[in-house]
Amino acid sequence: MTHTVLVTGVSRHVGARMASVLAADPDISRVIGVDTVPPPSLTRDGGISLGRTEFVRVDLRSPDIAQVIAAADIDTVVHMSLVSAPSRSAGRAVMKEHNVIGTMQLLGACQRSATVRRVVVRSTTAVYGSSPRDPAVFTEDLEPHDSPSHGYAKDAVEVEGYVRGFARRRPDMTVSLLRFANFMGPGVDSPLTRYFTQPVLPTVFGFDPRLQFVHEDDAVEVLRRMATEDHPGTYNVAGAGVLLLSQCARRAGRPSLPLFEPAFRLLGDAARRAGLVDYSPEQVRLMSYGRAVDCSRLESELGWKPKFTTGAAFDDFLLSRGLHPLGGVRH
Amino acid sequence: MSVPDDEARVIPISSAPSFEEPEPLARLLAFIRRRITGDYEVDEFGYDAELTDKVLLELIRPLYHHWFRVETVDLKNVPEEGGALVAANHSGTLPVDALMMQVALHDEADRPLRLLGADLVYQLPMLAHLSRKTGHTLACREDADRLLRKGELVGVFPEGFKGVGKPFSERYKLQRFGRGGFVASAIRAGVPILPTAIVGAEEIYPKIGDLPTLARLLGLPYLPITPLFPLLGPLGLVPLPSKWMIQFGEPIRTDEYDAADADDPVLVFHLTDHVREVIQQMLNELRLRRGPAFPPFF
Repeated sequence: MTHTVLVTGVSRHVGARMASVLAADPDISRVIGVDTVPPPSLTRDGGISLGRTEFVRVDLRSPDIAQVIAAADIDTVVHMSLVSAPSRSAGRAVMKEHNVIGTMQLLGACQRSATVRRVVVRSTTAVYGSSPRDPAVFTEDLEPHDSPSHGYAKDAVEVEGYVRGFARRRPDMTVSLLRFANFMGPGVDSPLTRYFTQPVLPTVFGFDPRLQFVHEDDAVEVLRRMATEDHPGTYNVAGAGVLLLSQCARRAGRPSLPLFEPAFRLLGDAARRAGLVDYSPEQVRLMSYGRAVDCSRLESELGWKPKFTTGAAFDDFLLSRGLHPLGGVRH
Repeated sequence: MSVPDDEARVIPISSAPSFEEPEPLARLLAFIRRRITGDYEVDEFGYDAELTDKVLLELIRPLYHHWFRVETVDLKNVPEEGGALVAANHSGTLPVDALMMQVALHDEADRPLRLLGADLVYQLPMLAHLSRKTGHTLACREDADRLLRKGELVGVFPEGFKGVGKPFSERYKLQRFGRGGFVASAIRAGVPILPTAIVGAEEIYPKIGDLPTLARLLGLPYLPITPLFPLLGPLGLVPLPSKWMIQFGEPIRTDEYDAADADDPVLVFHLTDHVREVIQQMLNELRLRRGPAFPPFF
């Protein structure tokens, strides 16, 4: 069977890697990558070769995406274009439009399409929020006590709502919803990776959250399997185990600076305004209460488990950034 | 990250080869190195077994052995492995009984205790992460089921705040047992319930009064007045050195029930009542057996 795959969000790292993996797959006849900005150039910004991927610059918020889908007989859509932090120039309103309206446009186009058979949507474990009143480990069916009410996590909750509605309206399609833990790895650039490369790590006094990461290689592998095989449903994706924030700081050899919660909030706001870090209020909750998810559903569905544990993913990230604990490299 | 077997070889301590345990100093240095470099494991609930054993429990062991002189009875009833649910009476104004029960099971039965705590614990700074690091988690159905499925020894205080915050005049009288959620969890997992009686905790901070308005202001379930607190200020926080005994009762089996029976309120209430009666009975007998709380005086 010939495949034509559409990948959104190819101008960012994991999206680009996903497109290049699909482009290298001989069973896939065409890979079409879309994003609002062109992919970074190979030579300058550490861009990734997209192989034979055909790039189309489309603003997901506009109905143009429907034309792309109709024109190319696409059968698989991989929607990765979820922005996790507001860009300095555009701000939160644009981010929300991009995430939510963009997903609506894309799903609307898929719903009308006669060729699309499979839709894979990237979501995040942030949809579970972080709360002292929720179970320590989230399974896919758990309804969080305090649903996220801000930023990226809220966008993801809304996106998931549209995906579920879409799956109900087109029961003939295979819809896979992937809730990824924070990406970690040599090529990942996220608010969290930037946080860990700071000289001093501000933390919330009296809290030591549990964090979970998924290595970029594993994320790409999960997406590849979802895009080429039928695995309908919602799945958590994270490396095995957890790391405590204090443990991360020790492994990175970075001193932590415990701040009382109001001070942590103020510092975060100030840093965001100064353009130093991308910081959003729901991160305070994550930095206080942490979050872990259960991945057994994914593992039994795929018969495969992520190669990198949370700890190994973080170590690989540290290695690539030349960070090591006090007293030299571990081993 | 696994710790390599040749850990001790990294730090040459003495030229004389030792064929026994690595030297204490080498072990200490290896421990410090692991802690500084973050090279240790915590489980998904945040339990840091090494920190708990080597540091946190070490801090309260003197209290266990010398201050309260805790004596355990019928440790043989604690299963050596596999999931089980320890249900105990709760008392003492501050949950010191939880710590002592943890030391008892950790040191004398070689079983880490995974307690289920109130959500208040996880909102408070310091307490939140110390509680997770010592192996405890939120009292909710999902966490209880998950721990029992993993074959852990889970501990609950079914009386909750009603028990730990009750006045001294009601000592050794079990309070109401919630809705029996712990019984339902045990039935779902098919694990035995271990009725447990703790005698001695009632006398550590005899609560003779309460400051409800101030407690509400601080967001606490109660703010006690004891003979020494707040009269002596921080000194009033030193627990009285009562004599303690902890008895583990005969396991109450739940494996003859079907997992679906956990949703049968009549059955759950019945079993909850039974557990409560057994613990009350054990308490009465154990209290007689202990004799005076502050021997040889009174």
